Amino acid sequence: MEFFRIHKDIPFMRHALKFNIISLLTFILAVVFLFTKGLHLSVEFTGGTLIETHYEQSADLEKIRGALSKAGFNDYAVQNFGSSQDVMIRLPLKDNQNTTQLGELVMKSLEAEAPGAQLRRVEFVGPQVGKELAENGAMALLLVVIGIVIYLAFRFEWRFSVSAIIANLHDVVIILGFFAFFQWEFSLSVLAAVLAVLGYSVNESVVVFDRVRETFKKVRGLNTPQVLDHAITSTISRTIITHGSTQLMVLSMLIFGGETLHYFAMALTIGICFGIYSSVLVASPLVMWLGVSREQFITKTKVIEGANEEGAVV
Amino acid sequence: MNRYPLWKYIIVAVALVLGFVYTLPNFFGESPAVQVSSAKVTIKVDARAQTRVEEALKAAGIAYEGIQLDANGVKTRFKDTDTQLKAKDVLEKTFNPDASDPQYVIALNLLAASPQWLTSLHALPMYLGLDLRGGVHFLLQVDMKGALTKKLDSTSADLRTLMRDKNLRHGGVNREGDRIVVKFRDVETRDKARNLIGDNQPDLQLNDQGDAGEPKLVATLKPEAQKKLGEFALKQNITTLHNRINELGVAEPVIQQQGQDRIVVQLPGVQDTAKAKDILGRTATLEIRMVDDTPGALEAALAGNPPYGTEVYNERGGQPLLVKKQVVLTGDRLTDAQPGFDHQTNEPAVHLTLDSAGARIFKDVTRENINKRMAILLIEKGKGEVVTAPVIRSEIGGGRVQISGRMSTMEANDTALLLRAGSLAAPMDIIEERTIGPSLGAENIQKGFHSTMWGFAAIAAFMVLYYQMFGVVSVLALASNLLFLIAMLSMLQATLTLPGIAAIALTLGMAIDANVLINERIREELRNGMPPQAAISEGYERAFGTILDSNITTLIAGLALLIFGSGPIRGFAVVHCLGILTSIFSSVVVSRGLVNLIYGRRKKLAKVAIGQLWKPGIAAANGK
Repeated sequence: MEFFRIHKDIPFMRHALKFNIISLLTFILAVVFLFTKGLHLSVEFTGGTLIETHYEQSADLEKIRGALSKAGFNDYAVQNFGSSQDVMIRLPLKDNQNTTQLGELVMKSLEAEAPGAQLRRVEFVGPQVGKELAENGAMALLLVVIGIVIYLAFRFEWRFSVSAIIANLHDVVIILGFFAFFQWEFSLSVLAAVLAVLGYSVNESVVVFDRVRETFKKVRGLNTPQVLDHAITSTISRTIITHGSTQLMVLSMLIFGGETLHYFAMALTIGICFGIYSSVLVASPLVMWLGVSREQFITKTKVIEGANEEGAVV
Repeated sequence: MNRYPLWKYIIVAVALVLGFVYTLPNFFGESPAVQVSSAKVTIKVDARAQTRVEEALKAAGIAYEGIQLDANGVKTRFKDTDTQLKAKDVLEKTFNPDASDPQYVIALNLLAASPQWLTSLHALPMYLGLDLRGGVHFLLQVDMKGALTKKLDSTSADLRTLMRDKNLRHGGVNREGDRIVVKFRDVETRDKARNLIGDNQPDLQLNDQGDAGEPKLVATLKPEAQKKLGEFALKQNITTLHNRINELGVAEPVIQQQGQDRIVVQLPGVQDTAKAKDILGRTATLEIRMVDDTPGALEAALAGNPPYGTEVYNERGGQPLLVKKQVVLTGDRLTDAQPGFDHQTNEPAVHLTLDSAGARIFKDVTRENINKRMAILLIEKGKGEVVTAPVIRSEIGGGRVQISGRMSTMEANDTALLLRAGSLAAPMDIIEERTIGPSLGAENIQKGFHSTMWGFAAIAAFMVLYYQMFGVVSVLALASNLLFLIAMLSMLQATLTLPGIAAIALTLGMAIDANVLINERIREELRNGMPPQAAISEGYERAFGTILDSNITTLIAGLALLIFGSGPIRGFAVVHCLGILTSIFSSVVVSRGLVNLIYGRRKKLAKVAIGQLWKPGIAAANGK
């Protein structure tokens, strides 16, 4: 079995401008959603109390809301979680409230109005913890970006590292844009997924860049766009198969992982789809426009090239 | 060219065997067990306790499957939960004859059911996080400001006493925020006071302020002293929490410092958060009272007729003791308790440090009660126990008290710990709380397992279809990756959480990339007309650089998560990083080894099963 039977190099670079405009538009759209709608942050970031309960039959959300109002709560959110039997209650953080007793208070009021609730999970997060998590998340993102830029600059060239990081950061913004648009819950595990996907899709650019470098060294008589076209075409089969395999795993998580892993898998799915696109079709044109050329590789690697030719005698 | 030297095969084989052995315990599941551990610092669970457990069970006719003694106590495994519950009742009666005053914690536990030889190799199943086994998690913030205020208040009192003793007149000693301000009438007195305080309180930073008309001395705690104070408060709070949690009967509690001023408490299996919180927040107090040694009084009290103003307490070791109800000193006056030695007799001793007010009271009381006994009581849960009741030999001033006599070094250590651990050094707040029901935990394991299993199956099916023999090799390499990863997690006893399981799945999904890279590269070389053996060698060689680069970028992201992540993110990051490392080994070394075994020995290899190859121009010439 073989999926890809490509006769000639596909002229990706001819459409470079189009790809980048598409990606710029999606990026702007994502930023707009982020600013207008904002992220629906989980309790971990905002602070507050989260209570998950389970009912034997379908839960009556109205009754639960009534019970909470009666008990003197306001500003609460009640929703189904995964199935009609599971209910999630979110309570915001309040200054002068004995938060430690909150869980029991809620369960008691539920017992009176909507009996049969079974406590499955309580999460309480204080305000300072939430703020710290957000700060640490931002720091982690920064560290990943700096680390990758330095590594790629050292291993390839600054042009490659800059293009790769731009292309992949724009993926991150697009994932966040999706979460803002659909108001999906942005939790710690989603953050982990976003950072993992950042490292993962940089891979993609690395594979293409590796091939670009090799082509520059080995094949003569091609101009820069042709080299890029050749590199992308010869790696496209691997790109699609790898991402397809990873997506198979993520899909399995989407199907079997339940509610807790749902948004984690969702973030990965978006990241993988846009990762293919951006690290190949956005990063490569950026490299071209930043002015990559054969000379940058030949002058540095004269000695190694000599060895290569010798080795090719075999 | 596609042959490994023998040592490489041996390395792969050894790695696989080790991986298999350390993964093995995860398959045996867990069997119900009862754990006997000490409820008090002074009681040690040792081989004697194990014999006691064995005898008690034998006497009750309860069969057990295994018994072991470790740092946590004596653990006994049983066939089923019914036997486990019966055994718990029996052991409860044997070890805690007085139910109102438990000496031991008898807790239900789950132990790995793996055979003894595995356990002796330290091959244990993965350590499951709370979200997988159910339980309570608390994050406590220690109020360092509170500790500092407490310290400065007692220091203010010390300064007053110090200056009064030396007849230095001051115009008031007050704590203002985190500094102490001492007012004086004239500059001369201030200078004298500065020298005096400087000599006696080396932890204080002294500064002159105010003008000649109203000179002031401002004292702040030196930064290093503040740091020491913070560390001390945290350590003492952790010790206190340990003692309290012992009462909950939790099999494997986790109490750890997190960062500068936080404590994590994890209680697996506990569902009753209300009780847990009550116990975490409770305070124990220390009291010093006089002993009533009037002849005949104790006998009268034991007969149910105690003299007025006295009550009976049990001394450690069981001796009853008649103690006056009037409290001489409380633990609030105690600033430190350290084990040490009597510098004259060289006997083990406990050195107590009292604050200035306490020191004065102690001096007066000891002067008036020479050759009488005083009792040091620890009051907890409204019940008291006499820790020790020494005889007062002489007047004791200066706030330094030494308890010695008929004490072993161990007992001195324990007593010091007990006295220190009585109360919290600084107030604490719960800033994060998580309760996970046991059914949810089991469900999470199920979900994580299914995700990984079906994802793996789908990838395996695709790889075999697409790359045929090389697909099989890739799948075997991926399976070995899973094996190594689980073995590493079991070996390191890293906590596995649901995000951790997700990371296992994701790492497998990403790890296949390396094999795809290799296989595609081999196909490409074959397409370019290279003979199969050379293509295999070239494919592996060329792909390696790319694999390394791409794994390092992923590893950078993983490390960032590890450094900055906490809680669920950390669980994810640990598995992710380990997975990247194991995947490089398995996808490159293990898969190459397999390919070499299959193809390397054939001299004339015309064709390899890597799926249909299509060459531009000569369409369909190759293949079937």
